Amino acid sequence: MSQLLEVSGISVTFDGFRAINNLSFTIGPAELRAIIGPNGAGKTTFMDIVTGKTKPDEGKVLWGEMSQNLLKLNESKIAQAGVGRKFQRPTVFEDQSVADNLMMALKADRAPWKVLFWKPRQADRDRVVALAQQVGLSDALDRPSGELSHGQKQWLEIGMLLAQEPRLLLVDEPAAGMTLAEREQTTALLVELAKTRAVVVVEHDMEFVRRLNCRVTVLHEGSVLAEGSLDHVTANPRVIEVYLGR
Amino acid sequence: MKQGFISKNPNVLIFISCLALFTLVITVLSEAYGTGLISTSMIKTLGKTLCLCLIALAMDLIWGFTGILSLGHFAFFGLGGYMIGMWLMYARTQDIVLTQSGALPMTPQEIQDAVTNQIFGVVGTSELPMVWHFAGSLPAQLALVVLVPGILALIFGWLAFKSRVTGVYLSILTQAGTLALSLYLFQNDSGLRGNNGLSGLQNIPGLDSVGQAAVSVWFLWGSALALGLGYMLLNWVVSGKFGSVIRGIRDDEARVRFLGYSVESYKLFVFTLTAVIAAIAGALYYPQAGIINPAEIAPIASIYLAVWVAIGGRGKLYGAVLGAAFVSLVSTWFTGGKAPDINLGFYTVKWVDWWSVLLGLSFVLVTLLAPQGIAGLISWLGGLRKKEIQK
Repeated sequence: MSQLLEVSGISVTFDGFRAINNLSFTIGPAELRAIIGPNGAGKTTFMDIVTGKTKPDEGKVLWGEMSQNLLKLNESKIAQAGVGRKFQRPTVFEDQSVADNLMMALKADRAPWKVLFWKPRQADRDRVVALAQQVGLSDALDRPSGELSHGQKQWLEIGMLLAQEPRLLLVDEPAAGMTLAEREQTTALLVELAKTRAVVVVEHDMEFVRRLNCRVTVLHEGSVLAEGSLDHVTANPRVIEVYLGR
Repeated sequence: MKQGFISKNPNVLIFISCLALFTLVITVLSEAYGTGLISTSMIKTLGKTLCLCLIALAMDLIWGFTGILSLGHFAFFGLGGYMIGMWLMYARTQDIVLTQSGALPMTPQEIQDAVTNQIFGVVGTSELPMVWHFAGSLPAQLALVVLVPGILALIFGWLAFKSRVTGVYLSILTQAGTLALSLYLFQNDSGLRGNNGLSGLQNIPGLDSVGQAAVSVWFLWGSALALGLGYMLLNWVVSGKFGSVIRGIRDDEARVRFLGYSVESYKLFVFTLTAVIAAIAGALYYPQAGIINPAEIAPIASIYLAVWVAIGGRGKLYGAVLGAAFVSLVSTWFTGGKAPDINLGFYTVKWVDWWSVLLGLSFVLVTLLAPQGIAGLISWLGGLRKKEIQK
């Protein structure tokens, strides 16, 4: 099977510090993957590179069937190509209503001129209502999103990601600050989503990763230390030494 | 459910009604068309104020909604004024030259030389500068009112936004650009008469027989129309998804980028649109002011613009209009010598000198105590009334 995202041999240095060191990583079009690793292992930098925020010093990032070079695109073009990103801290537009937040994220033409003359069709309104329902915010559509609770903001952001209809979802510590019930809901959603698209979850919480029941990539000092099932990687002595043993 | 634009945006209806009523009342009280209670010079002041409200709207779109604190929009305002001023001065001088020419018909070259002599004698130039090439044509100069500031904004904005210059650095860059333009225009060889500027702009060619009393009311109407249309246009711009995106850029531009929107294109679009609106406001303002010189483009003017919008209330279009109208009219009153001086015994507060101090203080106070400005006060009162009704 061909890969959706293929990262090969990337390295990036910040002021002499090697954040990513000859890292290679691939993920298929419908796959759930967890990335774990200690602080400073390069997890966030890896996401920054894939989403275009940081340019690597060397290496390649290829995307999709056409093997498009993502390094040549800027953040917005990469997002348009189908890469969605969920930040650790929920970032929604607090000043605007839940419906406006979702409407903005909805997959549509992003050019200023088109957006200026864009009018929501009935199908778009229905989609927003359906998305709100999916993330449990049906009653909050007209509320300013700044009024939502922390957990609800997390959900709104997930709803916005779904509205974008990405082919690859990068999710940064989704379980942070969530209650047990919310975590279970999140796990179920991520597993469900990975049936139709690629989902990469960066997580510290081992219990959460175990529940995802997926392939795990362990990062250490900017490169891949081990890859496989959770049981496989946790049995690896090097992994125990650098990460689990602490 | 389908709703009309007006029913979805009741503030537009209220605004247009107030503006129409204001224009009607002023017309009825004018010297030319009514009782004459309001002097022609007062009408000009009010007409100019409407133009300032229009540029304040533009400032609100770029600062209040998009979060770009441009401190250079008065440069576009001034350029708009210069572009229309060139035609006003050229055509008017041409009329004078022709009436003085006597019996012998003049060749076009002779006419041009005579006009050049009249306009540029003061800076010692005998050749018509290149930039005046189209000055004899009203349609051409009207097009330049939009094109010159528009293209300048496009180039400046493209360079600045492409390099991702943001925040206070962008503000400084716009100030520097404004200062550079102002200093350039101060030079005699800029082709725009240096520090003399352009004058006699209140005399509209071909309208000598009408008289200033009527012309001033016409310009008031024109300014009110432009302000009304500008308000409707910008209200439409900020009320749809485009408005959502630019407010998103103001609050968290990285997040907007990851949604797939090209933040730079949006900024460039808004920067250029507001520059053009500022230029149109300037083109309506200076025929009422009668004179334009490079001092009008000085960096401080653009800072005042930000102060008006801050006092009126950022992020609310009517706030910007109220702020510009209120502060500029109060400013006219204080600096016009009409405000009574305050004698403290040991020191006399002369408002002509102390007005800027008062304005600066109110800016600081508004920023600290009422960041929503006058508009915030109005929505707060509206909220109180709603609560009262609910009880």
